[in-house]
Amino acid sequence: MLAEDASFTVTHVHPMRTLDGITLPHVLRFLRFVTLPGKKKMAARIHGGAGAGAATALSTFNPKKLVAPSRTNLPAARSSKRCIVAAAGSDASKSLRVGHSQKLIANAAVATKAETSATTGTGHELLLFEALQEGLEEEMDRDPRVCVMGEDVGHYGGSYKVTKGLADKFGDLRVLDTPICENAFTGMGIGAAMTGLRPVIEGMNMGFLLLAFNQISNNCGMLHYTSGGQFTIPVVIRGPGGVGRQLGAEHSQRLESYFQSIPGIQMVACSTPYNAKGLMKAAIRSENPVILFEHVLLYNLKEKIPDEEYICNLEEAEMVRPGEHITILTYSRMRYHVMQAAKTLVNKGYDPEVIDIRSLKPFDLYTIGNSVKKTHRVLIVEECMRTGGIGASLTAAINENFHDYLDAPVMCLSSQDVPTPYAGTLEEWTVVQPAQIVTAVEQLCQ
Amino acid sequence: MALSRLSLRSNRFLRPSTTAAALPSSIRRHVSTDTTPITIETAVPFESHLCDAPSRSVETSSAEILSFFRDMARMRRMEIAADSLYKSKLIRGFCHLYDGQEALAVGMEAAITRKDAIITSYRDHCTFLGRGGELVDAFSELMGRKRGCSNGKGGSMHFYKKDACFYGGHGIVGAQIPLGCGLAFAQKYSKEEFVTFTLYGDGAANQGQLFEALNIAALWDLPAILVCENNHYGMGTATWRSAKSPAYFKRGDYVPGLKVDGMDALAVKQACKFAKEHALKNGPIVLEMDTYRYHGHSMSDPGSTYRTRDEVSGVRQVRDPIERVRKLLLSHDIATEKELKDMEKEVRKEVDDAVAQAKESPVPEPSELFTNMYVKDCGVESFGADRKELKVTLT
Repeated sequence: MLAEDASFTVTHVHPMRTLDGITLPHVLRFLRFVTLPGKKKMAARIHGGAGAGAATALSTFNPKKLVAPSRTNLPAARSSKRCIVAAAGSDASKSLRVGHSQKLIANAAVATKAETSATTGTGHELLLFEALQEGLEEEMDRDPRVCVMGEDVGHYGGSYKVTKGLADKFGDLRVLDTPICENAFTGMGIGAAMTGLRPVIEGMNMGFLLLAFNQISNNCGMLHYTSGGQFTIPVVIRGPGGVGRQLGAEHSQRLESYFQSIPGIQMVACSTPYNAKGLMKAAIRSENPVILFEHVLLYNLKEKIPDEEYICNLEEAEMVRPGEHITILTYSRMRYHVMQAAKTLVNKGYDPEVIDIRSLKPFDLYTIGNSVKKTHRVLIVEECMRTGGIGASLTAAINENFHDYLDAPVMCLSSQDVPTPYAGTLEEWTVVQPAQIVTAVEQLCQ
Repeated sequence: MALSRLSLRSNRFLRPSTTAAALPSSIRRHVSTDTTPITIETAVPFESHLCDAPSRSVETSSAEILSFFRDMARMRRMEIAADSLYKSKLIRGFCHLYDGQEALAVGMEAAITRKDAIITSYRDHCTFLGRGGELVDAFSELMGRKRGCSNGKGGSMHFYKKDACFYGGHGIVGAQIPLGCGLAFAQKYSKEEFVTFTLYGDGAANQGQLFEALNIAALWDLPAILVCENNHYGMGTATWRSAKSPAYFKRGDYVPGLKVDGMDALAVKQACKFAKEHALKNGPIVLEMDTYRYHGHSMSDPGSTYRTRDEVSGVRQVRDPIERVRKLLLSHDIATEKELKDMEKEVRKEVDDAVAQAKESPVPEPSELFTNMYVKDCGVESFGADRKELKVTLT
């Protein structure tokens, strides 16, 4: 479900409906080891039990369109929690000639990256903050009502360089450097949105938006309702949050748990350059107020994204890695911890299905539900605190809706209920680590 | 009343008559729709800060003064009707009444257009009326009916009228100030020559967000006019107990300010006209309106624990805005006393009819609980487990 607009062609990507488990680059990496004529033979050879599971997962799709390499033939897993490079060899990509209507799927252990849309092979590589900037710039080009406001977004270029160069291009009024007054400039953005402007409000760190909580809750979330539909508030509130590298307690907050109750807003969390750009564009085009959660540690992720314009659906979850044994729900930075744990798990013989929920409010219960019905076991891995976090709400939602399909209680791994300490070792222990994920899966799958 | 008439300094003074019909038709005055300009001096001079005060001579006309009277009478009656509706439990929750402060609403409207934006706090019934809101819509909203201006979902504190650029109606003290700066920002962005009047009270004047907004507005020359409705009490706390510096018009520091007698509709009109010109040329300005509310802060506040009844009745006798305009109308022979009384009766009937109509109007449908949550562009839906059972569509 994308914003209706006929003025451009969009590559409609629905990654969740089609189990695009693996990225093009991974397939390509694999295909370097096989000669092209042999590709079809590879498709026929499916490894053992997990592979059979993969076959059933694929049964809804036209097998002729699928490439399902054997798991054993994949190269050794690369450790890649971040700085993942989409290293597709150019020859292989051209020869593969995948059109965007085809769906690629492969059961690889090293699905550590986001899917990219199946494109015509070219794309461009960039870092996550550049992807955000691209999305923002494209939307500002497209609609003159889109403007940016925040601290140091203009001349400084943004403290995480997301708005770099935009002030020179669009001018001071459209890329507005505000003084340090979160309450006032968030309110200002909301007031401007009431008249029809589409501000993108940046909180330099999500934690600072606590000062604007009143504006976000009462005015941003509720005005559409309390005015009987007269006013829409098409703002995007974005900023980095999450636990970083020893930034201290006040700069390591996860505000998604505080904001999730506010009626009237939508919340999304990006995790890869691909979905960062897609979600940024979708959020700007949405008539509803959207809070876009970025993560301080993910800004330098590198990935190849399509050249064509595309948008990600705001309410959809992303299937990162299809599997059979257990559903692991995660978002933002924890996705990478989960994928790292997934490597270990696969080596131990498990087949986890990893879903990046992306949409924190509302939850994509459709995708999640389908997964639960398949695997019957759920593990939630999140960075929020244990108490009152996104995981807590998600656990409740799953228990309410899918109780009959569960073979084991829903387990939720969250951060500890402590302010994030400065010391590096302590900070590591507040956040969920891959080893804990592995242990949890083993426990659940007994 | 006769005594006060004799003391008026008009030399076209006619003997009061009980009916207009008693006068020969050749000299019967029309209840005036005359628009020839009259100039009237305000009673109280303006006090200014960092700017030159406007002249005390206000250009107006008979028609305008008469419209002031009628509008203010309507507002007064509406608030009194709301009072009795609240006491008979047809209005629930919070109900903040504006009677005593009507001059502000009508005076401001006289100086601006419907394309200039107004945003105010929770004491918004009369401002809504001033912006062209219907009495029925106001009463329906107060009683939580579907006919209400916010479909019954907002209540007393959330009146809005988008087509008249009335942006509400906000419950949290001071939160509307940054919103008002946003409205001004949007006006500047679109390069239209309109201004935004952001109203707040003496209580809200101590909020940090006011100063944040002043800084922003002054920095970017936003066409924002910040109007402090100083009714001298922030709920139960008098200004001398809550503010170190109760000169609210000077609080802008680097932003010019003007102190206005807020019970004089003509002074308010003059000040708002001046402020609009100033804002379009030079950026923000602070107006302090010296006004008074007869009711307590809200219906749950008797209004007598922190001020004496003598004070309230004293202000009513000396400074009441409607009485002032009545005296003006009588002294300038724009209408007779009888005509004004008739007008008041008409207004009262208007209000009573509106109340009756609102009482009849239906409550919102249960499905309305979920409407206007989101704008339905992406179809935010909440399903049961199988997607066959649609739990609710948040539209």
